[in-house]
Amino acid sequence: MDQGSIPTSEAVYKLIQGLSKLPGIGPKSAQRVTYYLLHAPEEQVKQLSDAILSIKQKTKLCSVCFNVTDTETCLICRNEQREHGKICVVEQPQDVPALEHTTSYHGLYHVLHGAISPTEGIGPDDLKINELLERLKSNKIDEVILATNPNIEGEATAMYLSKLISPMGIKVTRLAMGLPFGTELEYADDVTLTHAIEGRQEF
Amino acid sequence: MSNPRNYQTEAIIIKGVKLGEADRILTLYTPHLGKIQAVAKGVRRPRSKMAGHLELLTYSQVWLARGRNLDTITGCQTINSFLQLKSDLWLTSCALYVTELVNQFAAEHIENYPLFQLLLKTLEPLCKDKDKELVLRYFEINLLNQVGYRPQFKHCVACNKALQPATNSFCSAAGGMLCPNCTQHEFLTYPLSVNALKVLRLLQDSDYATSSRLKLNSSISKELEGVMYDYLRYLLEREVKSATWLLTLKEQKGMLVPNK
Repeated sequence: MDQGSIPTSEAVYKLIQGLSKLPGIGPKSAQRVTYYLLHAPEEQVKQLSDAILSIKQKTKLCSVCFNVTDTETCLICRNEQREHGKICVVEQPQDVPALEHTTSYHGLYHVLHGAISPTEGIGPDDLKINELLERLKSNKIDEVILATNPNIEGEATAMYLSKLISPMGIKVTRLAMGLPFGTELEYADDVTLTHAIEGRQEF
Repeated sequence: MSNPRNYQTEAIIIKGVKLGEADRILTLYTPHLGKIQAVAKGVRRPRSKMAGHLELLTYSQVWLARGRNLDTITGCQTINSFLQLKSDLWLTSCALYVTELVNQFAAEHIENYPLFQLLLKTLEPLCKDKDKELVLRYFEINLLNQVGYRPQFKHCVACNKALQPATNSFCSAAGGMLCPNCTQHEFLTYPLSVNALKVLRLLQDSDYATSSRLKLNSSISKELEGVMYDYLRYLLEREVKSATWLLTLKEQKGMLVPNK
């Protein structure tokens, strides 16, 4: 923030500073939110501040799949109706609701919390890979679905995992790569098109 | 204002960092503009038309518009996607190592056409040729030639006498070989067999077609790898992160077996 725009109240200044650290919120947006909250009913502001605090205090990682949850194990891992022989491996907790929204997958998940990135120095030990291997050893799992992102890091992670898991005699599958719905063929890149041709299915 | 507002260039994508909700800041290595950074808008959305053409390790034609800070990519078309590189763990890792070194050694906006050619001519044989280690060593030595750190393999860097066919040592701090007489004055040196030194000289002075005919046995290969990693780490004053990853892969059983 420039010198001229320092508010006269320290509390206001602190909140603006705090908000502008959030992703996608610049100093002007932070200022607008701050002054909005200043005039909002106290009850609403209290609810918001409690909600912010509780994501730090009340959440933890599921002891089985490492998704974010309020309890020891998450709702998906506890659900007896789901197929417990299938594990879908994803990079981030945000990927789980995306897959759940499709309602076409009924197995369990495993959240790695990142992807292998040689140039960033992120290796297997920085991810929940050992935990995944332990889980595969101690449970009866017949399929692992690798659903890491289709980019260099995600592919590297998937290839690495398949080399570790295949020798255990477990079926390893990878999410199909192809053309996204609603796009046009002429803009597709070679890699996607090659995978789309290879993975074509009988109509 | 002599610079046009829009321009186009060939580029190899060597690095990408996330920006905001769906954008990415890419580092491009180009033939005539050297290393440049540019913003690729919306490439993290699944329906992005540009995403596939701007993935790491892709050789593309790129259209850019000048911006106040960073230029913005307005269009792109793949020239070579190096599909083989991307479908094998070991090859991907080797290629990422190569691009990390280029990123570390190249300065922004400094044209270095031979280095661009070297990068391109390294990624191509990585897809095809059998001995990936040799490709990497050829790349490392010629990278150093291009960026001004050409190591001295012919004379002793301390007494300037021609090296005799004995076990001489490589000294990273001195940037070249030391003869046995001078070695005792220097610590942190790396003893090098006569054959390994011959290979280094050949890699330094020949083109890739000649060098690729070499057959390295595993002990020489290991020696060369050690001395190059050591020198590169010394010059960069830090670990080469992807080199650490290459070592991790080598230590684990079955990781070098090619993917289907």
